[in-house]
Amino acid sequence: MEKSEIIYVSRDRSEKGHYVAPILKGLRYTLGNFFRKPITLQYPDEKTQRSARWRGLHRLNVDEKGDLKCVACGLCAAICPSQAIALVPYEEEGKTRYPEEFIVDELRCVFCGFCQEACPKGAISLTQVYDYVDYCRKDFLFDIAKLKTTGCS
Amino acid sequence: MNDLFIIPVIKLLVIFGVCLFFIAYTTWLERKALGHFQLRYGPMRVGYHGLLQPIADGIKNIFKEEVIPENADKAVFVLAPIISISMAVILLAVIPFGDSITIFGKKINLYLADPSIGILFILGFATIGSYGTILGGWSSGNKYGYMGGLRASAMIISYELSMAFAVISIIMVSGSFSLVDMVAAQHNVWNIVREPVAFLVFFISGVAELNRIPFDMPEAESELCCGYNIEYSSMKFALFFLAEYTHLFVFASLVTTLFLGGWHGPFLPGVVWFFLKTFTIIFVCIWIRATIPRLRYDKVMKLEWKFLLPVAIANVIATGAVMALWG
Repeated sequence: MEKSEIIYVSRDRSEKGHYVAPILKGLRYTLGNFFRKPITLQYPDEKTQRSARWRGLHRLNVDEKGDLKCVACGLCAAICPSQAIALVPYEEEGKTRYPEEFIVDELRCVFCGFCQEACPKGAISLTQVYDYVDYCRKDFLFDIAKLKTTGCS
Repeated sequence: MNDLFIIPVIKLLVIFGVCLFFIAYTTWLERKALGHFQLRYGPMRVGYHGLLQPIADGIKNIFKEEVIPENADKAVFVLAPIISISMAVILLAVIPFGDSITIFGKKINLYLADPSIGILFILGFATIGSYGTILGGWSSGNKYGYMGGLRASAMIISYELSMAFAVISIIMVSGSFSLVDMVAAQHNVWNIVREPVAFLVFFISGVAELNRIPFDMPEAESELCCGYNIEYSSMKFALFFLAEYTHLFVFASLVTTLFLGGWHGPFLPGVVWFFLKTFTIIFVCIWIRATIPRLRYDKVMKLEWKFLLPVAIANVIATGAVMALWG
């Protein structure tokens, strides 16, 4: 191999003291950071903004007369990918159909929003509540009474 | 009787109390400043902006369980943090905090002792303080702690050389070993103007002596399971921790005394200037900690033996030449 065919990759890199200038640049950058406002949010005094479409805990909506809009068609329970909805309908001849038992297991739920999209009546919707905490697992099985009042406390 | 006993005891209590208070709050300052350098807040919950955090840490350390490993050499294990903290606190005795003040018609000097070998006193006791690190690493009964202690000892011994040579040039300029005389010799111009190279060498060596980033190889390995204080719990660990911050405070005071004119300054009383300058140096140390990554262990040795020591020796020779030729 000729000497002219050799490529020197590190020819322009100075060996000694090449770290002094980057250190000084770094020092200037951190000093600039010191005088900037920190980007931390002081939770729970300050919270992030959520969009209107945010999928949080479920709520069963009511109409003007105060009855549940839900007609217990079972579409939400059928489409739920985690099988988190348990639904027992009640039907009488000649009267409207309504759910006798409607239990959403919030611990199984993945908050995909399919139930909200599948419902033909707009009876179930996902609110913006994300910080619900409780002590036992069974308190996370939301029945109708709890589902009516999500996000209202 | 008064001069021999009561006044020194009062000075001792005041200096001890004030300095320990400042050292405990240096830990608060470090956490807050490090946070702001990293675009976050430091402690915010304990008291207003975390001001009660050092007290909370102290109480936590008192209530924690003391664990002594089975393989440890018990006597040395308990002795190591005691050596560390006592040698660190002794150094506070010779630092001149300010000009002499007059209380009740009696002139009181704001230092506890003024031995004629002042700076040698500090260098000597700081070296004995490093025994705490070495013995702590060895007595932990843990191979990794032992290695961390060995690395710490090698690093500390090396950097003491360049630190001593930087101090020698200041001794030559001031004409005396005593710290009070060094401060008095700076009433016209600060030593940093006369000896800038010595300032840089002293600063870098001091940061290495303190085991601080970018030289915290002995401690960083705690994060990776090594380190001389790996087997220490509650109060003994707190003593090591406090010893490190006391050494930081003493180092900053030394930089102030040797290079930045001690307590000299216009308008404000000497004590205020002293603490302002000391905390500026502490701030710069924290700033460096927030910025620079950790040096590899062989680079640390290379920096000292191939760069700092020759530069320090050359500085001493140059200072001597200038003093001989131009008085």
